[in-house]
Amino acid sequence: MRDINEYGQYSEAWCPGCGNFDILKALKQTLAELDIAPYQAAIVSGIGQAAKVPHYITANGFNGLHGRALSSAQAIKIINPELTVIATSGDGCTYGEGGNHFLAAIRRNVDMVALVHDNQVYGLTKGQASPTTKEGQITKAQPFGVTNAPFNPVEVAIAMRANFVARSFSGNVPHLVETLKAAIAHPGFALVDVFQPCVSFNKVNTFGWYKKRCYELGEDYDSTNWNAAIQKANELDEQIPIGVLYTNNRPAYGGHLAKKLVYPIGTGEVDSAAFESVVKKYS
Amino acid sequence: MPTLDRTIIIAGAAGQGLVTVGELLSKILTRAGYEIFATQHYMSRIRGGHNSFRLRISDLPRYASADNYDILFAFDQDATTLHSDMLHEGGTIILSDKLDAVHKQCVRIPFDKLSSNPRYENIVALGVLCSLLGLERALPEQLLSERFASKGEEIVQENIAVLTSAYEWSVAHSDKCSQLPKMYAHPERILVNGNNSIALGAMAAGVKFCAFYPMTPGSSVAQTLINHSEEMGVVVEQVEDEIAAINMALGASYAGAASLVPTSGGGFALMTEAISLAGVMEQPVVIVLAQRPGPATGLPTRTEQGDLLFSMFGGHGEFPRIVLAPSTIEECFEMGHRAVSFAERYQTPVILLTDQFLADALQSLETYDLHSLGQVHRPDYSDTEPASYQRYALTPDGISPRRIPGIGKTTVLADSHAHNERGNITEDKALRNSMVKKMLLKESSIRKDVIPPRYYGNSKPDKLLICWGSSEGAVREAAESRIEHGENVAVLCFSQVYPLDVTQFIHYLENAKERVCIEGNAFGQFAWLLKGLTCIPIEKNISRYDGRPLTAGYIVHKMYEE
Ligand SMILES: Cc1ncc(C[n+]2csc(CCOP(=O)(O)OP(=O)(O)O)c2C)c(N)n1
Ligand code: SF4
Repeated sequence: MRDINEYGQYSEAWCPGCGNFDILKALKQTLAELDIAPYQAAIVSGIGQAAKVPHYITANGFNGLHGRALSSAQAIKIINPELTVIATSGDGCTYGEGGNHFLAAIRRNVDMVALVHDNQVYGLTKGQASPTTKEGQITKAQPFGVTNAPFNPVEVAIAMRANFVARSFSGNVPHLVETLKAAIAHPGFALVDVFQPCVSFNKVNTFGWYKKRCYELGEDYDSTNWNAAIQKANELDEQIPIGVLYTNNRPAYGGHLAKKLVYPIGTGEVDSAAFESVVKKYS
Repeated sequence: MPTLDRTIIIAGAAGQGLVTVGELLSKILTRAGYEIFATQHYMSRIRGGHNSFRLRISDLPRYASADNYDILFAFDQDATTLHSDMLHEGGTIILSDKLDAVHKQCVRIPFDKLSSNPRYENIVALGVLCSLLGLERALPEQLLSERFASKGEEIVQENIAVLTSAYEWSVAHSDKCSQLPKMYAHPERILVNGNNSIALGAMAAGVKFCAFYPMTPGSSVAQTLINHSEEMGVVVEQVEDEIAAINMALGASYAGAASLVPTSGGGFALMTEAISLAGVMEQPVVIVLAQRPGPATGLPTRTEQGDLLFSMFGGHGEFPRIVLAPSTIEECFEMGHRAVSFAERYQTPVILLTDQFLADALQSLETYDLHSLGQVHRPDYSDTEPASYQRYALTPDGISPRRIPGIGKTTVLADSHAHNERGNITEDKALRNSMVKKMLLKESSIRKDVIPPRYYGNSKPDKLLICWGSSEGAVREAAESRIEHGENVAVLCFSQVYPLDVTQFIHYLENAKERVCIEGNAFGQFAWLLKGLTCIPIEKNISRYDGRPLTAGYIVHKMYEE
């Protein structure tokens, strides 16, 4: 257990009451409890309110492009498997702009965590509908109500048999910490979709709304049961289960990589003898 | 000027194996000591259509296709009609005895008699060609033994038997084709194409990560890396799209691996946002942009130099970048190396501008001169602990110390926004200005390192031919032929196209009576750039945009066309 102050104190530019504060707190606490030093973690993000996390934590950080956090994060882990890699970004970033990368990341199964701040709205661009906004919800950009069917990230990840799929709620920090710890411990790609109230733009899915609905999965829940997981993923109305919905054991990316790799890849010298024998193949 | 300059065109439908014959023959000739330059012309389909493999044999290096042929090897009837009129006076057509003879000088091969198995038609073709060119049988024999060794001794012997029967049959036809003069054989020489050469250069410079989404003619750079990934410890990942490719490369680069992404125009278009990211984040990355006629996507398997300005200006906002355009296959190696080296040194995106012509063209080389390559700059891999590390520390040359996350106890923050020295987002006016000034300093540092253009010819020419990248071979050949005719022609060739240092070449422009810019595009993109930078007029533009590579004949014809 490390002192949580090692991860720094910054002045965050989030609205008072925003769910992002608790996600950041849970992230720091998770790293502290797992004894992961700031230099051993890489926090990767895209663009959005949630994506500012790398600026509010002392750790290695890569704040890249909207929708592309997963791409960069996977490569960081491939190059340096010693790092604990966590991509932390919004629902718009991960499932909207980054949708294709989200699907590919599940298939590639790099050992990392995607921590999605799911406020069911676009925060930074001022409240338009996101892929997870409910059908019919009224926003400034969708004054007649959202007509697109909502994307259920957890169900999609389970359908694709992702290695680890969980849902949590920023208003339940201890639960989020436990979930994140399990996600980091589980090999392969782990999705942690976190309900996060956006106090400025989402007047439907408020703290109270989530608080009333979210219930923790019991000890007897079997996360290896795919059918049960799909069913739980679809409980989204009056009762919403939070916890580890699904786990799978596909080997994580990397097992097949060349034996000769020196980690972190790139730090070794160019093997000139090997190079010369490569060139000979063209004679 | 070379004393030997012979061209063979092997033509037919895709899937008939003409590329195999062309490649094997090129390899044999390379080992036999000839200078080889071969180009591939293919249609965007896997079977059928009309393809050709053009092989130029010389005693001096040639860097472009010839305009006419001495031998046409026709795999089908179409090939005879399509290419006969480009045959030199006294040239020979070699074809199957099942096809109609169309030229006085024909060699008609009875494929059925020379091998009972139609699978070996390629070997018959190869044998006949080698024999008519006067190549010792030991050369193709050796190559076939190597090529089929993994398939077992029986297959090797079958191939050699077919080869022998082709040689024996050819004796009676040796008067139809003049034999090549003997060269000093050199088995160590290599045969590579432009994309092989780029990939090898990049590996020599320490590239360790490549992500790609397949797109011709860029993909074969990735394929070359894949072929050697195990020996060289390179990770190559085929990804979901070009956006992922470059964002992954930037992640890999951040984590410490020199990274490369190959693509073509459409893929590059998708990468532009991340090129800006690499610029502002100061993350090294090499993008190989293999041009072909676009947009979206024109003639997918043909060539063009249409993306010059796009490669220089693609991306939003302001940031330093470097664009290199190798002109020969040998230079592809050097530039593959240099691109990595520049990217690592200046911590910025480097674009390597090649094209279908150069990517696929094969050339014989005296292997690579590894000692001429400079040292590649590397990030700080040490694990010492400075009191406070700042990724974007302000320095006199604009280049900040780059450390690698996870090595040592400092943390590294890379960021896409306006940031302070640590990397944290800022909206502060003064900080924004310091960071922009830092970029300007970096740009100045890069300008001090510009690769000067090459100049050939009289210092006061009547005509100065200006070119960049892959057209240099054809342009120099055009100039040589005019000089032979007593004209005062000089050539100026650029292998770095951005940034440029005007002081390196403005005098060449000033000293010429007439300036002619030759490019494989319609708009005269480089001429436009030069005029803008120097305010010197370019009197004539020679353009080619029909998807075919520039040749000396084409250029000379256009030079005197009104
Ligand atoms: C290519 C691109 N398109 C659009 C934007 C503008 N943009 C910035 S943040 C954002 C949405 C963020 O929403 P979300 O990911 O849900 O994060 P939140 O702000 O809600 O935390 C958008 C569309 C962008 N930065 N880049
Ligand atoms: S806009 Fe919403 S998501 Fe953004 S900081 Fe404010 S409350 Fe949080």
